[in-house]
Amino acid sequence: MRFYEFEAKKLFGKYGIPLPAGSRVAHSPNEAAAIAEEIGGPVVLKAQVLTGGRMKAGGVLFAETPSEAAHAAEKILGLVIKGHTPRGVLVEARAPVEQEYYIGVTWDGFARLPVMIFSDMGGIDIEEVAEKHPEHIAKRHFSTIHPFSDYMAKELVASLGVSGTHLLRLSHIAAQLARAFRNHGLTLAEINPLARLEDGRFVCLDGHVDLEDDARESQRALLEELGIDPNEKRQARPPTEFEVRGSQIDAADPRGVAGNVVEFDGDLGLIIGAGGGSLTLFDAIRKHGGRPANYCEIGGNPSVAKTCALTKLILSKPGVKKIAVMMNVVSNTRVDLVARGVIKGVIESGCKPSEKIAIFRIPGSWESEGFKILEDYGVEYCDRTVSMYEAAGRAVAKMREG
Amino acid sequence: MSILITRETTFIIQGITGREAVNMTRECLDYGSKIVGGVTPGRGGREVYGVPVYDTVRQITSRTRVDGSVVAVPPAFTRDAVMEALDAGIKLIVIVTERIPRYEVAQMVEMARVRGARIIGPNCLGILSPDEAKMGGLGGRAEDARKAFKKGFVGVMSRSGGMTTEMCNTLSAAGLGQSTAVSIGGDPIIGSTYADLMPLFEADPETKAIVIYCEPGGRMEAELAQYVVEKKSRLPIVAFMAGRFMDEMPGMRFGHAGTIVEGKADTTTEKIARMEAAGITVAERIEDIPGMVRQRLGL
Repeated sequence: MRFYEFEAKKLFGKYGIPLPAGSRVAHSPNEAAAIAEEIGGPVVLKAQVLTGGRMKAGGVLFAETPSEAAHAAEKILGLVIKGHTPRGVLVEARAPVEQEYYIGVTWDGFARLPVMIFSDMGGIDIEEVAEKHPEHIAKRHFSTIHPFSDYMAKELVASLGVSGTHLLRLSHIAAQLARAFRNHGLTLAEINPLARLEDGRFVCLDGHVDLEDDARESQRALLEELGIDPNEKRQARPPTEFEVRGSQIDAADPRGVAGNVVEFDGDLGLIIGAGGGSLTLFDAIRKHGGRPANYCEIGGNPSVAKTCALTKLILSKPGVKKIAVMMNVVSNTRVDLVARGVIKGVIESGCKPSEKIAIFRIPGSWESEGFKILEDYGVEYCDRTVSMYEAAGRAVAKMREG
Repeated sequence: MSILITRETTFIIQGITGREAVNMTRECLDYGSKIVGGVTPGRGGREVYGVPVYDTVRQITSRTRVDGSVVAVPPAFTRDAVMEALDAGIKLIVIVTERIPRYEVAQMVEMARVRGARIIGPNCLGILSPDEAKMGGLGGRAEDARKAFKKGFVGVMSRSGGMTTEMCNTLSAAGLGQSTAVSIGGDPIIGSTYADLMPLFEADPETKAIVIYCEPGGRMEAELAQYVVEKKSRLPIVAFMAGRFMDEMPGMRFGHAGTIVEGKADTTTEKIARMEAAGITVAERIEDIPGMVRQRLGL
């Protein structure tokens, strides 16, 4: 879950990382003017969105006076940036910058350890710096079981030849960022750019923080402190109503999973699983030229009621002509329970299972019981001798037949 | 032969009285595995299908040899359970539990390194050596597992538990049995990656080829490609890459926790290019895998 810039900065502030003066969120032009008044000088106003490219979209504006700030805030609050409506506008003091740096903490998947990254070329994408100017990047891993110590951040910063007070200030910020990363189980904590102002102060101009879904429970206190709803999904785009209803179905019943429903604009509804099987089947449908209406993942033996509810949701989506029910060979999910749930959902939607279900391909535990139910309702099914790819092909062919 | 487990391997199940763990115990016993005890704090003295339940791991390790442990406790208690197993000297730990925060996973992996132990998972279904033993839920009920997994010379590793069974079933149907199949787990950080397990397969005289299931996200495939080139592996590898559609949808999470395209290196396109450059054959359909394995072995 990505944090908005203002949330990331609140967290940084908690750890004593210096921020520009002001740095508060306004939700109206009047509020923006008041913050600018308080700052008493030139300000920058930034749209709070969870997407890149806000500068290009006019989501970052400058103002010299409170009335200019109000005007800029009004413009920004009316924007829609790549489908995102700004969640307020961040108002901060603006000061002349001498140099920009980068400091980040993230996971190194190779080493399976957290790594601090420092660069004296801030303000641009760090991946680009790594590619074009590797000599301007320093990295240092740290342990997850031994205590973190300040010298580690000093080694990091000093390795790029930084010394004197700059070394002390920069390494302090890096160390605090690493502590925030450790204490809150973050997956990314990044300050870019970190600016050295003309007056010698260092301030965080922009920041990214990512918290993984699995750490939400243990970080409830932090989320509450930052005013973040712990159930907000925050994917790359806001969830559609269809997706929200999908999550509700999954949450309503603890038995098994019928989750990660993602909406697409096709005509073939998918009830697929599990994690890896869904990825494989979605690729297969597309390879055959099929147009999925949704993505989803069922697994862990979902109850009849849950599969039924998911089936009804998918069939209620406008434009869905048929559904395909497919999984890899299952070990824990019971084939008969999925078959029952899907058939019940189709019937309760007022349709005939033999017409609405393009194909049922779930081999594995309790398959003979499941196949018997499908036979009773005249639903086309296949066993493990038919590959996932082939089953997807049959579903797409049926869509063409109409 | 096989890697990691044989019919002689003794293991325990931590969290044995949980609903899923009870089923798993039954499945493993039916398959012929040697489960020498279970642990659920506060439930010592009970039995699960004849397996005695204890309150602590040391109560078992103090009286009998324990080669491994399957950890199937809720996410909030997993780190503690793994630390307990490590401190009791257990060298092979399969973590079935999913949804463990990444920081805690990294701590367990780092601690295992210190103790000279191996972790498989988390968020995995475990290990199965056909006709020898299974350690974890992989393959499900013994009768179902015997249908999908057959003894042979292909080593299998997969980031998806379900797809491990699917691929082994396809291999078995084509007459290609497996030496050992390992569900390595779907999290961004796992105890044993493809590259970590390769030396074990290399050392196993019966393993002649490797089949892996890959996904977007992470650096595991790149790490394997690097391993293959640097170590001049004797084993031909066929990789199936799922989730190709995700390349067009950066920032969206599909599949497992570790499956998200965050940077260029995470895409399937990039992974396929790296693996092919290292001499790994990449399949687009599961049913193509057996033919590719045969071709690579000149059969």
